[in-house]
Amino acid sequence: MTVSTAELMKGNEALAEAAIRAGCQAYFGYPITPQSEILEYLADEGRRRGMIVLQAESEVASINMVYGGAGAGARVMTSSSSPGISLMQEGISYIAAAQLPCLIVNVSRGGPGLGTIQPSQGDYFQATKGGGHGDYRLIVLAPSSVQEMADFVYDAFDLADKYRNPVMILADGALGQMMEKVAFRDYNPKEHTPAKPWATTGKPRSRERNIITSLFIEPEKMEQINIRLQEKYAVIREKEVRSECFMTDDAEYGIVAYGLAARVAQGAVEIARSHGIRAGLLRPITLYPYPSDAVRALAERVRGILVVEMNAGQMVEDVRLAVEGRVPVTFAGRMGGIIPSPDEVFAALENLTTQDVALHAETY
Amino acid sequence: MDTVQVDPIAEGLECVYARPADTLTETRLHYCPGCGHGVVHRVLMEIVEELGIQDQTIGVAPVGCSVFAYHYMNIDMQEAAHGRASAVATAVKRLHPDRYVFSYQGDGDLAAIGTAETIHTANRGENILMVFINNAIYGMTGGQMAPTTLLGMKTSTSPGGRTIETSGYPLKISEMIALLPGVAYVTRQSVHTPNAVRHLKKALLHAFRYQKEKKGTCLVEVVSNCPSGWKMTPGEANEWLEKNMFPLYPPGDIKVPHS
Ligand SMILES: Cc1ncc(C[n+]2csc(CCOP(=O)(O)OP(=O)(O)O)c2C)c(N)n1
Ligand code: SF4
Repeated sequence: MTVSTAELMKGNEALAEAAIRAGCQAYFGYPITPQSEILEYLADEGRRRGMIVLQAESEVASINMVYGGAGAGARVMTSSSSPGISLMQEGISYIAAAQLPCLIVNVSRGGPGLGTIQPSQGDYFQATKGGGHGDYRLIVLAPSSVQEMADFVYDAFDLADKYRNPVMILADGALGQMMEKVAFRDYNPKEHTPAKPWATTGKPRSRERNIITSLFIEPEKMEQINIRLQEKYAVIREKEVRSECFMTDDAEYGIVAYGLAARVAQGAVEIARSHGIRAGLLRPITLYPYPSDAVRALAERVRGILVVEMNAGQMVEDVRLAVEGRVPVTFAGRMGGIIPSPDEVFAALENLTTQDVALHAETY
Repeated sequence: MDTVQVDPIAEGLECVYARPADTLTETRLHYCPGCGHGVVHRVLMEIVEELGIQDQTIGVAPVGCSVFAYHYMNIDMQEAAHGRASAVATAVKRLHPDRYVFSYQGDGDLAAIGTAETIHTANRGENILMVFINNAIYGMTGGQMAPTTLLGMKTSTSPGGRTIETSGYPLKISEMIALLPGVAYVTRQSVHTPNAVRHLKKALLHAFRYQKEKKGTCLVEVVSNCPSGWKMTPGEANEWLEKNMFPLYPPGDIKVPHS
């Protein structure tokens, strides 16, 4: 297989195409805007190329099918948008506890409630802090372009298999709907998919039976399972953190933003530079594990940090935890499906530069 | 305390029944004395052993008293979230179409919280077997009302007896499922007498055969007991079952394949 030449594609379709190329064997999902193109693309193109594609009766069924398929040893995925992801949370917790590899895509939209179908980053807490019950974490990847909508699918499946952990791609409606050029990676699924001797495939005489379960009724056993999970998350935090910097080398002021908000923030950095303000952008790519060290390193270089999100201020808490009061951290965000403009973000940045730094003021 | 191991055969006794040695583990059942779950486990595993399909069978356990079914059944198994066993089984079967796949579910699991999954799995005609244990009560959580609880029947959440006004009618989900064209075989059996157990075994054998022939979804309902939840001795429970459950849940085939 070779790298294909760049094609113009919607984010959702690029993600779906990458899933086929990543060797995803089965997709289970339920329609919801703004991500139904994933199901539609796979129902057509995926089925044609041998993928099992099942439109389930609900997101509850979808995520439990993902559990069954992953437990049976296959590369499997689901996708949805915010309300559907909320509905999946019990199942995601089971998958994390049973240590099953899978991909869950959230092309998120504005909430709470039925909300709006416009793009939002309101699901950051849900994605990164363990949205369901119990102490568990997903690995969370945040694309900010159509190219990354495709690229992160391969990465997600590889990480899921490597750690036997569910991985989420947290995008938003704009990334799902926008069209950009995308090239598909040279990738042979066979070389990337490990053997899964733990899967339920039918017990031959030569081995003990395989059991997929999240039930450990004795608290001592359950604590051991928890300890093992925490050890795994510690390794993930050590090895899998990803972030990207834009013009931070000489920056006096830093912006931290991910996904679509990072594109807007990059525009604001350029405006700031044209006004003689040396601004730079740090873009977290993994939202869990969080690039706390990179944020800390940024805080040691700059006079203040502005966090830009399309929500009421969620990731800003992780930034503040990493900065530990070294410099003021302010926040600028829009909610409910509104994308902030680069000018708005620039205004918030100017505000930060003119503030009395000792005040540690917040702009909500 | 040490227990003295006696080999009854060596002592001259005749062996009239032996555990299916490959497919049923030696783990002691956690079920209450007289509970039907253990009997159904045994019959299922006898079939897997006799058909020689241990390496081709994958089971899905529910949340309910039989949550630990995988402790006893010596085959590959998955433990599903409450009500979702048929969704899990759907995915397993789609990915391993050459395997025998069954779900094993109580009435709360299959006919209350999991109703949507049950109906849609059957409506897709998934080539799986659902083993449905109807004991008219929630055993695991301590004897609350189930969708299948009889009118007038006392449970911890229908202390004065189930009434239509507060809880509606007992749900005959097997009859509902039988209406769906994707469904091949629906039968209602029980385990309260040796004869009933023999009939159950025959029904399960049919279901495995239909799965092999890719006939569609099979559902085997087992009218079972819950001596603890019903607050009866095992003997009383089995008598009560026949007298009170059978009028509403009569044993026999509800739907059989055409040819
Ligand atoms: C989401 C969820 N809700 C509720 C429960 C609690 N719960 C466990 S088993 C059960 C009912 C089981 O009854 P049934 O399916 O009839 O099986 P039985 O125990 O009688 O065999 C309930 C309500 C749960 N585990 N998960
Ligand atoms: S509570 Fe009822 S269903 Fe559960 S093991 Fe005891 S008798 Fe059986």
